[in-house]
Amino acid sequence: MKNWKKMMSAALTAAMTVTMLAGCGGGETEKGSSDTIKIGGIGPVTGDAAIYGEAVKNGAELAVKEINEAGGINGAQIEFNFQDDEADAEKAVNAYNTLKDWGMQALLGTVTSAPCVAVGEVAQADNMFLLTPSGTAVECVQYDNAFRVCFSDPMQGAESAKYIADNQLATKIAVIYNSSDVYSTGIYQAFAKEAETEGLEIVAAEAFTAESKTDFSVQLQKAKDAGAELVFLPFYYSEAALVLQQAAGINYSPIFFGCDGMDGILDVEGFDADLANNLMFLSPFTPTSTDEAIQKFVTDYKEAYGGTPNQFAADAYDGVYAMKAAMEKAEVTPDMSASDICDVVKGAMTEITISGVTAKELTWEASGEPSKAPMVVKIADGDYAVVE
Amino acid sequence: MSGMKKMKKTTKSNLITYGLVIGIYLVTQILIMTGSISSLLQGLLVPLCSYVILAVSLNLTVGILGELSLGHAGFMCVGAFTSAFFSKCMVDAIPVAGIRYFLALLIGAASAGIFGILIGIPVLRLKGDYLAIVTLAFGEIIKNVVNILFIGRDSNGFHFSTKDVMSLGMEPDGQVIINGPQGITGTPKDSTFTIGVILILITLVIVLNMIHSRSGRAIMAVRDNRIAAESIGINVTKYKLMAFSVSAALAGVAGVIYSHNLATLTAQPKNFGYNMSIMILVFVVLGGIGNIRGSIIAAIVLTLLPEMLRGLNDYRMLIYAVVLIAMMLFNWSPKAIEWREKHLSKRKFAKKKCAEEV
Repeated sequence: MKNWKKMMSAALTAAMTVTMLAGCGGGETEKGSSDTIKIGGIGPVTGDAAIYGEAVKNGAELAVKEINEAGGINGAQIEFNFQDDEADAEKAVNAYNTLKDWGMQALLGTVTSAPCVAVGEVAQADNMFLLTPSGTAVECVQYDNAFRVCFSDPMQGAESAKYIADNQLATKIAVIYNSSDVYSTGIYQAFAKEAETEGLEIVAAEAFTAESKTDFSVQLQKAKDAGAELVFLPFYYSEAALVLQQAAGINYSPIFFGCDGMDGILDVEGFDADLANNLMFLSPFTPTSTDEAIQKFVTDYKEAYGGTPNQFAADAYDGVYAMKAAMEKAEVTPDMSASDICDVVKGAMTEITISGVTAKELTWEASGEPSKAPMVVKIADGDYAVVE
Repeated sequence: MSGMKKMKKTTKSNLITYGLVIGIYLVTQILIMTGSISSLLQGLLVPLCSYVILAVSLNLTVGILGELSLGHAGFMCVGAFTSAFFSKCMVDAIPVAGIRYFLALLIGAASAGIFGILIGIPVLRLKGDYLAIVTLAFGEIIKNVVNILFIGRDSNGFHFSTKDVMSLGMEPDGQVIINGPQGITGTPKDSTFTIGVILILITLVIVLNMIHSRSGRAIMAVRDNRIAAESIGINVTKYKLMAFSVSAALAGVAGVIYSHNLATLTAQPKNFGYNMSIMILVFVVLGGIGNIRGSIIAAIVLTLLPEMLRGLNDYRMLIYAVVLIAMMLFNWSPKAIEWREKHLSKRKFAKKKCAEEV
């Protein structure tokens, strides 16, 4: 029995020490050094969605480096700290709190939608400025302190339907979507709603899930049997590459139309680029564009990290520059608290116009949505080309 | 202290367990009041409560009942979604957070408990590892069902669909409550650390009293020797079902805490999948199978560890895995136990975290 008591007191002491140590960690960095502006980033750098988080991290770091070399924001250097959230809402809140302990003054994140909603709630309570590069769900920017760089899900879905109707690409449409993914179902729902008002007929809506994303023959066969002239693919390029291959396998060649997740399909290893000919998708960013700013971004990115940047990297890159512009406009100094910065920057966000890599003229509304025109990209001869 | 000595061994052990929880609670409260606690840790307090309850409740199935359950996250998921659904619907009807949360807790626990009974009735009659297989499947099924579930509400009442939002056929004023893979967004943030700790204490009262009651002894008799237990007239299925459904209902409570702490609730493999069930099992195994106090400590340490290692960046998950292996070896390898007894017991510090000490 004595042993028990000792063991318990030891365990208690250990538990307390852990708590105390953890507690101590916070206090020191609350204020932070007052000569740098601290921007935090949150996204998945481990797990299934790691490639999006990595892209955002790299894109943001590139922008931070450039801004610092050019003299920073109002003369203050930026410090950037990126934390992993494993694309999980709970972990994202932990990451957010870690960054707060570090002394974060504004947040670039989070990368994926569901964590972004959770962090948005906490950030609103703290009055922390939040700019998500790629959180597409509507609720990501429901509060006035939150803004986003990318298009929202409904916007992409509606724009796609409008484009198809306006250009009379097809009247009978099949949709294949990932029913276990927020992004994919969000776009699909908005697309279906808009298609109805535009007079397009959805002849088949076939779902797949994250667990069954390798065989699309059933969905394609149904689309073919229903006589669909166009197949809408609102999901990421890695699965889309398989869809295109399998469609060719059953000699089915409708028009394929995708969203911004389709960007990057030509870089899929072992993918025959001929299959993607005439594939169309909405995208805010094309790495092969001849635009000078985009070319510079693509070259610098390749040099620093290897590989072509995707739209996530581009969104993050523009996000950092938007923060810089808004902070300069609002005359933010490094000694201001996060809450004070938020109060002035959220007003300044609606007044700035930046020329970024995802749009020539990028402005924001008070609702947090960016106003930029989506470009339709068509793949021809194994290369991306913007359709005017 | 003389009073302590007269006490029964189990009573004392139980009091230490309650004391541990209350002690940690008081220390944390003092730290919060003096403002010397980091935001990270403050944010982790509520999730910690739900993980502790999960570990304790799973220990009831694994340690006391002696059955392997691999679907504990599934029960948590049921509790989380039913209670979040209730709270979201009632957020205007019941403006008092306390009452709403109390009802949500009851609903979450009851629905998870009912699922526990439904699964238990056929499966617990069987001998062997069937429960592990069935609960594993249950967890995955629940996750996938929730992902295709669409429920909306408008002036005509509730609308259900397993296809998409359009097929709900709602009036324009309708509000989608469960939106398929997007889950439930905007659950009121009703969970607090104090409520969490109270729920841990209630869980402990239920579990510890159950273990030391007549029923608990019957359950352990079934675990140790089913044939012997049957021969003295113990209703095996009844006691197995009792332990399993209580365990499921408590997992539902943990789900309620989880869902009312985050603004968004989605059923991803990350939070309600197979991995999560294994994670809870790891808490139980590392803390000592059948050792309730060990489960509490293991749940706290293993939840804090990956967050405390954030400074290591890319090596974080690697180190975490290494620590897990090291802890497992230290706790369970025969050589390590021998070494511990030899060196540590000399200093009267025998750390014997064993099942029989519960």
